[in-house]
Amino acid sequence: MGKLDSKIPDGPLAQKWTRFKATTKLVNPANKKKLEVIIVGTGISGAGAASALGEQGYNVKIFCYQDSPRRAHSVAAQGGINATKNYQNDNDSTYRLFYDMIKGGDYRAREANVYRAAEVSNQVIDHFTALGVPFARDYGGTLDTRSFGGVQVSRTFYAKGQTGQQCLLGTYSSLNRQIKKGSVTIFPRREMLDIVVIDGKARGIITRNLITGEIERHSAHAVVLATGGYGTIYYLSTLAVNSNPSAAWKAHKKGAFFANPSFIQIHPTSVPQLNEFQSKLTLMSESLRNDGRIWVPKTKGDKRHANDIPEEDRDYYLERRYPAFGNLVPRDVASRAAKERCDAGYGVGETGLAVNLDFRDAIKKQGKKAIEGKYGNLFDMYRNITGIDPYTQPMRIYPAGHYTMGGLWVDYELMTTVPGLYSIGESNFSDHGANRLGASSLMQAAGDGYFILPNTINNYLSDEIRTAKISTDKPEFEEAEKSVRERLDRLMSIKGKQNAGSFHKRLGKIMWDHCGMSRNEAGLKEALKLIAELKEEFWKDLNVPGTQNEVNQELEKAGRVADLFELAELLVNDALNRKESCGAHFREEFQTPDGEALRNDEEFTYVAAWEFAGEGKAPILHKEELKFEEVEMKVRSYK
Amino acid sequence: MNLTLKIWRQKNAEAKGSFETYQMNNVSPEMAFLEMLDALNKRLVEEDREPVAFDHDCREGICGSCGMYINGHPHGPIPAITTCHLSMRYFKDGETIWIEPWRAKPFPVIKDLIVDRSAFDKIQVAGGFISVNTGSAPEANAIRIPKKDSDSAFDAAVCIGCGACVAACKNASAMLFVSAKISQFALQPQGRAEARDRVRAMVTEMDKLGFGSCSNTGACEAECPKQIKLTNIARLNREFYKAF
Repeated sequence: MGKLDSKIPDGPLAQKWTRFKATTKLVNPANKKKLEVIIVGTGISGAGAASALGEQGYNVKIFCYQDSPRRAHSVAAQGGINATKNYQNDNDSTYRLFYDMIKGGDYRAREANVYRAAEVSNQVIDHFTALGVPFARDYGGTLDTRSFGGVQVSRTFYAKGQTGQQCLLGTYSSLNRQIKKGSVTIFPRREMLDIVVIDGKARGIITRNLITGEIERHSAHAVVLATGGYGTIYYLSTLAVNSNPSAAWKAHKKGAFFANPSFIQIHPTSVPQLNEFQSKLTLMSESLRNDGRIWVPKTKGDKRHANDIPEEDRDYYLERRYPAFGNLVPRDVASRAAKERCDAGYGVGETGLAVNLDFRDAIKKQGKKAIEGKYGNLFDMYRNITGIDPYTQPMRIYPAGHYTMGGLWVDYELMTTVPGLYSIGESNFSDHGANRLGASSLMQAAGDGYFILPNTINNYLSDEIRTAKISTDKPEFEEAEKSVRERLDRLMSIKGKQNAGSFHKRLGKIMWDHCGMSRNEAGLKEALKLIAELKEEFWKDLNVPGTQNEVNQELEKAGRVADLFELAELLVNDALNRKESCGAHFREEFQTPDGEALRNDEEFTYVAAWEFAGEGKAPILHKEELKFEEVEMKVRSYK
Repeated sequence: MNLTLKIWRQKNAEAKGSFETYQMNNVSPEMAFLEMLDALNKRLVEEDREPVAFDHDCREGICGSCGMYINGHPHGPIPAITTCHLSMRYFKDGETIWIEPWRAKPFPVIKDLIVDRSAFDKIQVAGGFISVNTGSAPEANAIRIPKKDSDSAFDAAVCIGCGACVAACKNASAMLFVSAKISQFALQPQGRAEARDRVRAMVTEMDKLGFGSCSNTGACEAECPKQIKLTNIARLNREFYKAF
């Protein structure tokens, strides 16, 4: 336990960040020019951090596996980004956003980090607007907002259903400005395959050039991972199909603790699976729940067309169960409620694994044009995928794996347990507890990248001003490169029969069935057995055609799937360890009589941070006890 | 349904490519086009043959990674969608489908259907930004922008940088792509301060990279999966004219 120092500054909650900034060590501009920082990932957090550090004068090297930084998966965030501007005069404040996030996260997040995330949210909106991000505006020319789940104020800024795209492209533009200036160098089509640790400090990375296959060494004074989440552990998820946790996993194996891996958000409104070949599930933004009403028929197996089912035969189950928040309950609650109805036999569609999201009433009241203005691109997307027109009949939706609240453990300065190794955005665990509220991932990514990391990393780098450029000839680089090559050779040499994707799909099903929306001890233990068997089969029967020294997408995929097996085991172990239900983690053994999550604050008010103990060894649990000084822990109720 | 695929295979940038024929049986009309290619690749790996390389990522039409010529159209024959959103229900049993990479000099082939679109990034690096340092932004509502202008800026800003416009153009012109970014910034007051430098830098870079001229054919607009309008090119020309 002694290993975890969260380094939360002293003083009252509302003054911690101000005090930190006022007292932290700094690096003078002349010295910044001598220091190098590696950033892995070009989403909003990574590209934001690269921009801000470049502006300060650091030398930044940034890497992505895509062909361009503009394609990072932040691009796919839809509904919006939160800030506490209180433009609606509806009692919003930093404290209220902080409170909503702590409650929404089911009291499993660190107060100081969450408060800071809320505190910098307004700066994020100012900055994006200045960068030319075309947020939605009112007729008077001021910025518009809308409501999201789990809150009672309207604080979500948006750009139709493409807020993530617009924020990412804004960030990409600020990154480009630094690339032009020469402070940032971009390395696209590179995959990070290991972290190099020298004398206990992160000093570089090993990458594979995805065009030539070349294994490259890159050194720096500090390394920042901005590599996103691990929702692809379910195979079918709302993530980009190439999104992967390999970078974070390599960091874990080099000493970075992994926190709360089993906290995975299942998003309630995704297009249901249509066929067995499906490669991903497409999200329909939570913002749709502002105007759409969710329902299933009151009678089991009602085969009438949705439009033919009269009002009195419809069960608007969210409005029924949660009158205070209605259709805008948080994601975990909405997902479980959908699963409950479908499991009980009330689901719609051919599979019975779907519920209706109906815009009939909203269109009647506001007109088709108003609805089109708010959600036009989402409606088009839905029609493209399903062939169904949501203007004239309800959408069918079902929950899908989406966002990972868990991730690398970081302290207040966003540093992992490896000195000099940072983790920002979705790749860390820090701000969302056991459940993330809508429109707070863009907020956190931009906050971490632009405003927090660039103010905390100086504290570490101030001690590095005498450290010369790190040589990539050091034995630690040699060794890391060797192990990367050995592993690639091993994957290539199996020469079995199956492709990596087939294994991924089967692993995903194990995880979804046993460690998805609800979990129990027997199922989790079964999952461990199944994962181990599949992993063994993988290392015996994988086939990767082609060679290493060229574009080889099968090889890329194989490496990621190999890592997913290991992470899956840790995830299940974490879910087994946490004998309570909280947020997205629902253990069937621990629920209230009416089926709500039942926390066990006495025993589990802690962050579970897992240490890698070596291949084949059980991971070691470290506990960061959570103290709630500002907020009283309550039963989370949206009724 | 059963389909015949004619796919462009090319080992690397230097190699000479050619079409290869693959028979795909039992394709479900509910599959997405890329899922059909996934199924082909699965089979190829099981037969120990090299799978078809193609760029793809989000598979929800927003990242701009995917892009291939399908039966003579960038992103296939259905308007206003990306390749990843193309459903197999638009094809007929027994059909032959021709699949090619983008063909444009500034986008050299890397392998099979993957091309190098880094020229697009270079144009953005040349001037596709507003110079504002982190922390120095004014209060967001201090800048009021008429909703009409803001909406038009958004309509231009939805470009995903896939390159279909260049691939569709007989001159391999990048004018629609460049005009989308120019318009997004030109229509908002934040972007005006650097408008002249921006348009000059981006157009100069575009020309340097070997993109062709615009001859107002409109193929780019017709094929753009995000329906970026040709009127943006008119705005780019006006901005460029004003910049001297």
